[in-house]
This record gives sequence, C-alpha cells and structure tokens, in this order.
Amino acid sequence: MGTALDIKIKRANKVYHAGEVLSGVVVISSKDSVQHQGVSLTMEGTVNLQLSAKSVGVFEAFYNSVKPIQIINSTIEMVKPGKFPSGKTEIPFEFPLHAKGNKVLYETYHGVFVNIQYTLRCDMRRSLLAKDLTKTCEFIVHSAPQKGKFTPSPVDFTITPETLQNVKERALLPKFLLRGHLNSTNCVITQPLTGELVVESSEAAIRSVELQLVRVETCGCAEGYARDATEIQNIQIADGDVCRGLSVPIYMVFPRLFTCPTLETTNFKVEFEVNIVVLLHPDHLITENFPLKLCRI
Amino acid sequence: MAVFPWHSRNRNYKAEFASCRLEAVPLEFGDYHPLKPITVTESKTKKVNRKGSTSSTSSSSSSSVVDPLSSVLDGTDPLSMFAATADPVALAAATDSSRRKRDRDDNSVVGSDFEPWANKRGEILARYTTTEKLSINLFMGSEKGKAGTATLAMSEKVRTRLEELDDFEEGSQKELLNLTQQDYVNRIEELNQSLKDAWASDQKVKALKIVIQCSKLLSDTSVIQFYPSKFVLITDILDTFGKLVYERIFSMCVDNRSVLPDHFSPENANDTAKETCLNWFFKIASIRELIPRFYVEASILKCNKFLSKTGISECLPRLTCMIRGIGDPLVSVYARAYLCRALLTEMMERCKKLGNNALLLNSVMSAFRAEFIATRSMDFIGMIKECDESGFPKHLLFRSLGLNLALADPPESDRLQILNEAWKVITKLKNPQDYINCAEVWVEYTCKHFTKREVNTVLADVIKHMTPDRAFEDSYPQLQLIIKKVIAHFHDFSVLFSVEKFLPFLDMFQKESVRVEVCKCIMDAFIKHQQEPTKDPVILNALLHVCKTMHDSVNALTLEDEKRMLSYLINGFIKMVSFGRDFEQQLSFYVESRSMFCNLEPVLVQLIHSVNRLAMETRKLMKGNHSRKTAAFVRACVAYCFITIPSLAGIFTRLNLYLHSGQVALANQCLSQADAFFKAAISLIPEVPKMINIDGKMRPSESFLLEFLCNFFSTLLIVPDHPEHGVLFLVRELLNVIQDYTWEDNSDEKIRIYTCVLHLLSAMSQETYLYHIDKVDSNDSLYGGDSKFLAENNKLCETVMAQILEHLKTLAKDEALKRQSSLGLSFFNSILAHGDLRNNKLNQLSVNLWHLAQRHGCADTRTMVKTLEYIKKQSKQPDMTHLTELALRLPLQTRT
Repeated sequence: MGTALDIKIKRANKVYHAGEVLSGVVVISSKDSVQHQGVSLTMEGTVNLQLSAKSVGVFEAFYNSVKPIQIINSTIEMVKPGKFPSGKTEIPFEFPLHAKGNKVLYETYHGVFVNIQYTLRCDMRRSLLAKDLTKTCEFIVHSAPQKGKFTPSPVDFTITPETLQNVKERALLPKFLLRGHLNSTNCVITQPLTGELVVESSEAAIRSVELQLVRVETCGCAEGYARDATEIQNIQIADGDVCRGLSVPIYMVFPRLFTCPTLETTNFKVEFEVNIVVLLHPDHLITENFPLKLCRI
Repeated sequence: MAVFPWHSRNRNYKAEFASCRLEAVPLEFGDYHPLKPITVTESKTKKVNRKGSTSSTSSSSSSSVVDPLSSVLDGTDPLSMFAATADPVALAAATDSSRRKRDRDDNSVVGSDFEPWANKRGEILARYTTTEKLSINLFMGSEKGKAGTATLAMSEKVRTRLEELDDFEEGSQKELLNLTQQDYVNRIEELNQSLKDAWASDQKVKALKIVIQCSKLLSDTSVIQFYPSKFVLITDILDTFGKLVYERIFSMCVDNRSVLPDHFSPENANDTAKETCLNWFFKIASIRELIPRFYVEASILKCNKFLSKTGISECLPRLTCMIRGIGDPLVSVYARAYLCRALLTEMMERCKKLGNNALLLNSVMSAFRAEFIATRSMDFIGMIKECDESGFPKHLLFRSLGLNLALADPPESDRLQILNEAWKVITKLKNPQDYINCAEVWVEYTCKHFTKREVNTVLADVIKHMTPDRAFEDSYPQLQLIIKKVIAHFHDFSVLFSVEKFLPFLDMFQKESVRVEVCKCIMDAFIKHQQEPTKDPVILNALLHVCKTMHDSVNALTLEDEKRMLSYLINGFIKMVSFGRDFEQQLSFYVESRSMFCNLEPVLVQLIHSVNRLAMETRKLMKGNHSRKTAAFVRACVAYCFITIPSLAGIFTRLNLYLHSGQVALANQCLSQADAFFKAAISLIPEVPKMINIDGKMRPSESFLLEFLCNFFSTLLIVPDHPEHGVLFLVRELLNVIQDYTWEDNSDEKIRIYTCVLHLLSAMSQETYLYHIDKVDSNDSLYGGDSKFLAENNKLCETVMAQILEHLKTLAKDEALKRQSSLGLSFFNSILAHGDLRNNKLNQLSVNLWHLAQRHGCADTRTMVKTLEYIKKQSKQPDMTHLTELALRLPLQTRT
C-alpha cells in the first residue's frame, strides 16, 4: 500500500456555512517514513454550467457565459518539504470560509446542467521517483438562513377531466374527481413537502399516484438562455386502486445534494417543481404541476 | 331317607400345596418368557450420508429393527441415496430449524414482546400453504431503467455504486416462474442469506436493494392463499435488515470510552452514527415505490432512536396514513400488521402522548401480551395515576394491570414498589364493590411474589374494607376467588394458617353455602398438596374447624353426592393426621373426630378403619407381645370400634366391619371381644333385607350375603371355642340363623352356603388347621383331635348333608332339573374334595350324585369328562388309590 493520504473533516455531516471555519485533519499513514517536497491543501468552490445537447450550437455565441465560475479558491502550505515518521501523522488545519471578492457562497447542489461543488484537495509533492499523492474530499456548504419570516403558501387543487390542458380527445377520458391540497409551495428544504390527496371518484381504476420532483435549470443570461426540466425523483404515494374519499398523504423528503434553496443569479437559475402524476387504467396519465420555492431557514 | 354319615378326608395341606405348585424352572438368559423385560438388540446399519441436513424425518436407518432389505443394500442403493439428498421435507426441516434459530436471535434483540410472533409465525407457515405455482420477480434493474436521464447527472460516486449493483443484477431482471412452494421458500432463504453476505462484505447498497426487491414481492397477491406465509417469510428478511442496520449504527456509538446503555437518549449517540442513520432515512425516502418504501422504513424505524426522542412516535402516524395509499386491501392490512409488529414499544409511547386516555390505556392493557405490560408496570402505574378519571374509572385500570401482572412477572426490582403504588390507590377506593374487584386481582400478584407478611397485610386490608355494613355479603364470589388464589400459592399449610388474618378472613363467609364451598376448596388443596402426615396443632385446629363447618352443613336435604364429596374431603384430612408413636393421642383424635363428624357415615367408616389400623400398628410395634399397657390400649381401640359400628346404617358395612374388627381383635388376642363382634355379626344377619340399594338401584342381597358368609366361615375356622359355651357354638348359632333366614324362593343360595359349611367343618376336623393366628390357639390345639369334638363335628355334618339332600329331592321337578344337576355335581365335587371316599356309604352317595347330575341330560359333558380325568389323576397319588375303583363306577353318559 505504501503511503495513504486522507482528509478528515471535523463535522460528521461535512456541512458548513459562509463565515465559519472549516477544520479537520490531514492524515498521513505509512509503514515507513515518507520523504516529501511539501504538503499543501487547497479549498475550491465552483459552479459548473453545462449546456444541454439540444441547446449546444444555438447558444454557441454565448459559450463564454457557461464557463465554470470560481467562488472560492485558496491554498495553504501545510508542511514544508521534509520527512514524515512511520505510522500515522495527523496534521490539523483550519480554513475560514470566505467567498472571493463580492461573490456569494452558493449552496452545494448536484444537478444536471448546474453543479455547485466545494472540495478540499490535499497534495503531497514528492521527489521525481515517487508519484505525487492527492486526495480530494467534498464538503457541503449550506447557505445562510434566509431573513424574513417564512410564510406558508397552501394550495388547494381539484383535478377533473375539465381542468386538464393538452388533452387530445377529452371525450375519451374517463370521469374522475381528485381533490387535494399542498400545505405549502413555499418549502423549507429540511422539511418534507406535505399535503393530501383525495380520490373523490373515478370511473377508471387507479394504477398509481406519484410525486415527481423536477429541477428546472436555466443557464445563460438575458441575451439567450437554455432552460431544461429534468426529474430528480419520483415517489409513489398510492399503489393500485385506492379507497375513494380517504385522503392519501402527500409526503416527500427533499433529497440532499440534489436540491438546494431556489437560486437565481445573473448567469444561471435553479428552480424546482413538483408534479402530481395520476396513472389510470388502462393508459391515462394525468399530471398536475406545482412550482415550488425552496428556502432554508 | 337314609342318613349318610360324614367322614372327612385327612388332609396334608403342606403336601397338597407342594403338589399343586408349578415346578420352578430357572430361566436361561436367552429364553423366551412373556414377563421378561423387553430388550431390543440394536443392529447398526450404516447411515446414509446426507447433504446439508441432519434431520431424520425420512430416515429409516435409525430404527433398531433389522430390515433384511436395507441391511443387504447397506444404504448404498441409488434410490435411497437420492431420497436422502433430495428429500424436500428434510431440507425444509433443516432450513426451518436454521430460521428458528435465527428467530431466537432476533427476539433477543427486539425484546421479549416478540416472542408470540415466533409462535404465530410457525402457525401461519404451517397453515397457509399452496400447491399452485409461484413466481418471484426480482426486477433489480428498476431504478436503472427509470434513471435514464438522471444517471447522466448523478455524481460519479452514485454512478459507480449503480455499476456495482449491476454486477449483482446479472442482467437487471430475474423472473423465476413455476416455483413450488418449497422452491419459493428456499429462494427467499437464499435472498436472506445473500442479504447477510452483502452486509458482511460492506455492500450496504446491495443489501438495501435486496430488501427493496423482497418487499416488492408483497405487492403481488396472485396466489392469495400463500400470501400470509409469504408475508411471514419476507418480513423475516425485513427484520433481519432492520436488526443489521440498528446494530451497525449502535456499534458506531460505541467508542473507546463507553458502551451505550440499552435505553439511551439521542444525545448519547455520536455525530457519525447520527449521520449514518440520517443517510439511511434519506435513502429510503427516495425509494420509488410505495410498498417497499413503507416496509423498509418500518423495518428500520427503531433507528429513529438515534436521532430524536420522539422520532418514532412522530413517524408512526405518518406511516399509518401512508398505508392508505395501498390500493389492494389485503396488502394494506398486512402492511398495518407489520407496522404493529415492528412497533409495539413505540405504540406505548404514543399511548402516553395521547393525553393518557384511560379507555385507550385499558384497551392496551387488555389487548397486549401480559409480559409486555408487566415489564412496563411502573410506567403504567404512572400513566394510570395521571389519567383523567372522568370517562373511565381508575379502579378498572388497576384491575386490568393486575390481571396482566397475574400472568407475567414484572422486573424483580420493581415488584415491591408496584405493589405499594397500586395498593395505595386501591385502598382508597370508597365503593366496596370497586375495591373488591380490584383487590381480588391484585391478591394473585401479592401471593406470587411476596411472603405471608404482605399477604397478611393485604387480607387485613380487605377485611377492613369489607366488614363495614356487611359489604362482604355482596362480594362472596370475589372473596372466594381471593381465598382460592391464596391457597393456590401457599401449599405449606403451616405457613398458610400462620397468616394471622386468614381465619378472620374466613369468618367473612357468613352465608353457609359459600362458607362450605370455601372450606371444600381449602380441604381440596390440603389433600392435593400435603405430602407428609402432620400433627401440627395449628393445622389440626384450623382444619378441624374447617371440616366441622363442612360437616355441620349436612342436613336432611343434603344430596348423597354432596355428602360423598364432603366425606371424601374429611377422610383425606383424617388420613393425613399422624401423631407418630403417640398412639394415645392418635386415638383421642379419632374419638374427637367421631363426635364431630357423626353425621357422615363414610367418615365413621374411615375412623373405624383408622382405629383398627392403629391397633394393628401397635401390635406390629410390640411384635405381637402386648404389654399390659398396650393390651389395654388395644382393647380401647376395639371398644371404640364396637360402639361405633352400631351407629352406621349400611347393613353390609356393619357386617363387614364387625368381621374385620373381630379379626383385628383376634389378632390382638382380645378373644372375648372378638367373640362379641362375631356374635353381633351373627345376630345382625337376620336383619339383612332381601333387596339392598346399590348406587341408587335395588338389587337382591343374597349374593352379597353369600360372599360375606364365606368370608366369615374362613375366619370361624380359627376362632377358638369359648370355654363356657358348647362346642362350635358360633358355627351352630350361625347355622341356626341361616336356617331361619327367609331365603328367596327358588334359590339355591342356602344350599350353597351349607356346602361351604361342610367345607368349614371338614377343615375343622383336621388335626392341624390350614392357617392360624400368631399367639391364638385355635380348636385344633384346644381339642387336639379329641374324639368327642370330632363326633360333634360329624353330627353337624350329617345335619347339613341331610339338608342338602332334602333340597336336591325337592328339585326333581321339570323346571328345576337343571338346577338339580348342577347342585348335585357341586355336592359331588365337595365330597370328592373333602370327604373320605373309602367310606362305603359316602362312596355310594357320590356315585348316586354322579348319576343324578347326568340323569336328565342336563350335565355339561366336558365338565364331566374333566372331572373324571381329575379323579383318575388323583387316584395315582399314594393313599388315593381307592379312587381308581370309584372312577370305574362313574360312567360317562353319551349324548343321544
């Protein structure tokens, strides 16, 4: 095995906020003593934007607008060139989390066309004969709680054949009446999305009711932009022909990393929506869309 | 009619005995003998090597019977080999036993509340079976298929994980069709194993995947009669998974410093453990399908303990509502069942939160397993105390709790506190009915776990509550139950009666019928549990009191059956009283008992037997040589019997007891007393009615009388003549009584008795009698074969014979010929056995009798042939040669 390099971040959940001090230890373990040309630690935060395949070409002119944006980047020299003794050596470190210039530390987000990621990279430079050692470790940034009072915004909804848009032949649809509500479309990201759905009546048997969480990512700026909606997850809340008149809970936990507070910047936007998808026998698919606003308090 | 003289044959009893006896033949070891203990010689047959199973359900090799076929084949024939390796029953048994073992492990982790599930589980598996073909559809690639767009974006880490999974999937979808039930069970078992393997090799995601796929199988209700069993099998896997996750997280909390206690709070869990736990919940929250998401979350719900104190109870309503989304009613009901099973403990927490609703608490206590309730008794007491009394009275809650505690034991350390807390409330109950309902239940708990001191306190409290205004009158059933519970737990009656308040408690039963019932219970318990005879004055005093109460309840209206029952109980008590070698004390106890229980005949009978036994014990102790003191004591015993017997009603009881007591008196050398008994018996015989009542039916008494008289004769043989009365005065008196007794018309009983008398007289004319009583000189030694005695004897015989012949003559009518024949033959046999046939007259008489027996063709030829053979056989013995001649004179009648 030789020499192993590892970064241990102090907080188990690896979550930090702007202005806090990121601390931890770099662990070097080896059976024998290790010669090295210095160990450095780099903290990096970037926003990676990517254009979807369909958009490439159309927006080539604005290609510049999608180059990665660095939010944070700093390096410290941890150890001067020298030698580590055999066994385990732990070197503690501390990084203050401050954005570059007037930039903002966006919350960590793993999306399709937008990725906001923070990493710690430890490099051990070594002599020509031995390979340099590198260890990367992601840490998570949560944006500061939003100021102002959080006000829930409940939504009631009713779905019938008449309320549907985009229907080819309305006459062919079976009759149904679904009623329900979402407790709030303003959502705290740490709290689940909740609500209720009641199948008041339905001619056709219900096959499934699902909650589809969708991310809407926009890259570009005023001159032109690419806007893409993709599914994050799909949660089934009813399986089979549920009891009429009995409310089925709507409940969905927002997945970590794949969601973040709704974000709007000059270069990109990250928004979320939820679709209530009802599948009827034999092959009807009814979707009701609700834009969400996620925040952290 | 000619008078036939009687000549008894001289008997050599010793020689006869020796000649009748079978020859003793020593038995060789290997010889057959029906009474020899059965020994099975085990033949060793080679055991078939059986793969993966140690069960012997199908084995024939272990039986000890040598089967020629199997020994020839020596277990190597291909068929039996095949059967051994592919026997599904054996396999099932093996997997089942392994699972059972695992269950036990599970239980130890999950807690004692789950024990019933293990039982239930087996029951379900045995009951819900199918012969239909089943299918398992493990659609491992479900996530991948859907993830089409998403995979693109997922971080590198996630993607590698998915790839890792693909390896497991081997082509994303496995559909196994046409499985038999056994195949299905085996597959599930395999999955269970691969779950554990995956976990052990740190493939947590794979493990989760397996669990998800398995729980998905529960949405398939295609073979509905197998569904319950499927539910059991799959929830086993879920339980395994839940346990693995819990243990893993639990182990993370264990750092170098300390081990987490069993009942920890979330603050004790470290951040890494919490993070891991949270991770699991996030992962599960994103499971696409409803049914697996529900089951998997429910299976690890216990892990919420690491995150927050109230976590589980918060999740519970959500999960419950979640089930509403399941359309298929069967699937949803089973989902609910699983939730209840997984979360018994948490349901409790929830009950607590629901404002301590009394009604709910009561339902919980009556519905849940007693063990479960018992272990949380202190919690329950707390809850009961706090709960609002308006809707549901507290005493009912305490009653329910008490019922549970009667069935299951609370933790040792809590026991006294539980009692104190509970009783504090119970004792404050104002309404005697409420009070007694509660107290009755709690007595059981008290008896079970505490000593007589606590029980005494409790009884005292009950007395205090029930005495005012004679409240006990309305609560006899409960008070009775209390007594029953107390005696059920105190088998040592000396302890029981040293409970001071026990007898005062009994005094509360003032209604006689109830009182007697309670007494019966006590006596019943005493008879059942008292092992050793006792002379403990406390016990004797108390039980005599109890028995007296029972006895005094007897009146003219008491049913026979009831009397029998009471007598049985009192007799049981009397038999258990022993003062050891203090015989005087013992006798005075019997005297006292007699005065107490004079209305119950079976008790008096028992007392007479006991006293007789006491006399014999004394004799045994003195080895037959009574001292002046013991002789007097024995006479006292005899006197006791003599004066007790006349107070009995049953005629045969009296007769037999006279005889029996006479024998005892004789054995103890109380000759005049013995005479008195026998005279009493003789003078009682004329009173024997023609019909007697036996078990409620009237039956003729003659056969009983015959039986008694034969017994009596055997005793009379050894009774020495009284010096002041004539020779054989007892026999004479008895003959007179028999003569005067009004016998049934058309009955030969009297003649049969005379035949027996003839036997007796023959035995009496022997030089040495057949048997003797130690230290009592019978007539043989008194008269020493005096010719005058023998002449008297023979004279008596002649009279008896004349009577017999007279009777035979009267039977010469058509309808009586058969009786004549059989009586004649029986008389012939008597002469043959006891008479001296060298006497010509007697010899002639016997020949005449032989002819008489055959005269009208009524005799059974086979009997006659046998008799003749016997005579011929006898004639071969020395000094019996004259029988040869006789045999020649006895022709056999050929049937025409």
